Amino acid sequence: MKAAVVVFPGSNCDRDLAVAFRNAGADVEMVWHKDTALPKGVDMVGVPGGFSFGDYLRCGAIAANSPICKAVKNHADKGGYVLGVCNGFQVLTETGILPGALLRNAGLKYICKPVGLKVETSQSAFTEGYNAGDVIDIPIAHHDGNYFADEGTLNALEDTDRVAFRYTDNPNGSQHDIAGILSENRRVLGMMPHPERAADSGHGGTDGQALFRAVVGQLTSA
Amino acid sequence: MKATVHVMLKNGVLDPQGEAVRHALGALGFGGVNGVRQGKVIELDLAEGTDEAEVTAMCEKLLANTVIESYRVEMS
Repeated sequence: MKAAVVVFPGSNCDRDLAVAFRNAGADVEMVWHKDTALPKGVDMVGVPGGFSFGDYLRCGAIAANSPICKAVKNHADKGGYVLGVCNGFQVLTETGILPGALLRNAGLKYICKPVGLKVETSQSAFTEGYNAGDVIDIPIAHHDGNYFADEGTLNALEDTDRVAFRYTDNPNGSQHDIAGILSENRRVLGMMPHPERAADSGHGGTDGQALFRAVVGQLTSA
Repeated sequence: MKATVHVMLKNGVLDPQGEAVRHALGALGFGGVNGVRQGKVIELDLAEGTDEAEVTAMCEKLLANTVIESYRVEMS
């Protein structure tokens, strides 16, 4: 199973994400934002956290228009898997791969702490390692994680079981306590919390490990 | 030729920064403010022949996120 992790100027979780994929058994290649194509045979693209392009204009807006993101969008359109974490989630909403947008936290503060996440569905390659209803501890670290979408979009997400994770104690004002959502084909996951920061006993928590093991495992056996 | 693009959060989208400014104004004794909305102004210095339709395309593609923001273009 081959994963590519995108690196933008200002990405800072790219290597953590690569390590998490690698420890779950994936071959990982890093790709630069100016690259116009993904490496051949890539099953999964990781869009990492950080502050791509300094969060200028809007978080993820400049990155979403970079050359590599055209390739990422093509990959997603063709049914490829994509995981966007934190700034990566913001990039995925800016490209339109996932619906909605991430606004400034309701309390205006940058928040960096572990939070409780309720796994809402196990019906995806990313979440099948959990049981629906499980509560896991995963760190968040963001200033703009306040998920917003219009009512029609929110209803569609709820009705089609596409809310992957919900905060148990909403830290940022997100609508419906949403922390992570899936695409229509359930192969793209965007989430504000950082599973790659809870994927090794040295991190102080390993609740994120099941996500990487599940998706790498499924793509390896496929 | 210049274009000025005003980008605002859409009505109905909570603007926590505007709210914070409103609170701060209240704390300074300015009691007459019912609400504050904060947006941004982007000035474009345009090459000859760049028209409003093109600036609108720029807004749709990059300058505004139309999921949450509305925009207004002024040509001058």
